[in-house]
Amino acid sequence: MAITHETSAGMGGIRTAGDLAARMQMSKGMKINEAKEYIAGKLGISVFDLSDSTIMNEIREERGIGELMARPGAPIGIEAKIRIEELLGIKINSVGRFKRMIGM
Amino acid sequence: MGKIFSRYGDGYAAWLTEDEIRRDIEEGTRDAADRGKIPELTAEDKERLLEICIMPGKNVCVERGKEVIVTFDAGTLKIPIRNGVPMDRTTAILTHEKILCSDTMELAHVDYSYKQIKSIISEEKIAMEHAQLNTIIPLFYGAMPNLGLYTKPDGPVGNWSELLPAGKIAEAREAQEEAIEHAIKDMVFVASNMYEAGADGINFDTVGASGDADVLATLKAVAILKEKYPEMAIETGFAGEFVLGMHGQLAYDGTRLAGLYPHQQVKVAEKAGATIFGAAVNTNSSMSFPWNIARVCTFIKACTEAASIPVHVDVGMGVGAIPLNNVPPTDAVTRADKAIIEIGKADGL
Repeated sequence: MAITHETSAGMGGIRTAGDLAARMQMSKGMKINEAKEYIAGKLGISVFDLSDSTIMNEIREERGIGELMARPGAPIGIEAKIRIEELLGIKINSVGRFKRMIGM
Repeated sequence: MGKIFSRYGDGYAAWLTEDEIRRDIEEGTRDAADRGKIPELTAEDKERLLEICIMPGKNVCVERGKEVIVTFDAGTLKIPIRNGVPMDRTTAILTHEKILCSDTMELAHVDYSYKQIKSIISEEKIAMEHAQLNTIIPLFYGAMPNLGLYTKPDGPVGNWSELLPAGKIAEAREAQEEAIEHAIKDMVFVASNMYEAGADGINFDTVGASGDADVLATLKAVAILKEKYPEMAIETGFAGEFVLGMHGQLAYDGTRLAGLYPHQQVKVAEKAGATIFGAAVNTNSSMSFPWNIARVCTFIKACTEAASIPVHVDVGMGVGAIPLNNVPPTDAVTRADKAIIEIGKADGL
C-alpha cells in the first residue's frame, strides 16, 4: 500500500521535499504546515512548490541534497545528508556519527 | 435513485444509495462521538465526507498543497517478508527511497518485538550503520513493546490472560507490573543502541496491544530515552482507538490509562516526550466504508485539535477505515487518506 498512500496523499519523498518535511517533524516536532513553511523559507520557494517534482528536482540538484535519478557525481546517502543538515539548521544523528567516525 | 459503489469494512463491494451513505456517515460520527465523548463532525464536514465517498473516479487524492508525510511500521518487513521478494533489508530501504518515493522508512527485524531484538542487537546495529551511509530519507528503527512476550512459558512472569479468567485479579496485576519493568529495560536498551548506530528516530509500534500495562511501559521508556537523548525522534503508534484495561489501575503522571481514546492518548504520549503520535481507529468489518470513515474522521479531528505534536494516522489494513483485508482496495484506501487529511487534519499517515 506504500505507493497508494504516497500517490494519494504523500509529499513524494526525495522526488520533492517529503524527506525534508519529515526531518522537521522529527527534529522539532513541527506539525505539517509549520514544517512546510520552514522548508519553503529555507529554499526560497512557495509552500505550494514543495510538492512539485519538476521544481524540487532542480532545487535538489542545485543544492546537492540528493535526487531521485542516478547521475555521475550526484551526492548519495550521507553526502546529501551533510548538506541537508546545513540547509535545515538541524542535527542529523547519522551525520553526527559519520563525522565522529572520521574524526571531524 | 441510483446506487453508488462503495465497500464494506472487509473490502467487499457495497452498492449504496446517496441516502444510505448519508445515513451511515451520520451514524458513524455519532458512534465515535458517543464513545469518545467528543464532538460529532460538523454539517460542513459531513457534506465534504459525502462528496469524497461518492466521487466517481476509482481513486482520489488530496487537494494540491495538502500532501503530508508518510511514516511506516514494519517498514522493511513489507517487501522482503510480506511480499516475499528476496531482497536485503537495506535494498528495501533504497527501493522505498528511490522507487516508491516514501518520505521516511523504518529498519525492522522479522521478530518485531524489542524483547527479541535484544539478543541480536549487534547485527541490527550493523544493518543500521550500513543503511545510514546510503540512505537520504530519515530512517527509524522500530519494533513492538509486546508485553505479552514476558509471560510464561516464553518469559519470566505469570500470564494475566490465564490469571484473569481464573479470578486471580491481584496476581494478574502483579504480573503486569513486573512485566512493565522488564519491557522498559529492553526498550531502552535496544533504542539506545540503535540511536547510537545512527537511527534518525525510534518507532514504538502497536503501543497498547497488551493493554494499559503495555502503554505504561512504553511511556516510561520514552521518558527515559528523551532524558538520555533529548534530540531523539520518537514515534508512538498506538494499537487501537481504546486502551484496554487489562490491569485497570495504571496511570501515567496522574492520568489513568485504561479507556483512553486517541485525543487523550496523544496527551500522555506528549507528556512522556513523544515527537510523533500514531493514532489508530479500528475498522468494523461488518459496517460500510462511509460509516467507518465517519468514525475515523471524528476521532482524528478531536485528536489533531488536542495535539501539540504531529499526528500520523494509522492506515494499514483494519485501521483508519482501511478494509480488514490483506489486499485493501485502492478506492477505499485513497478515500480514507483524503478524508483523514482534509477533514481530520492529520499531519501524516
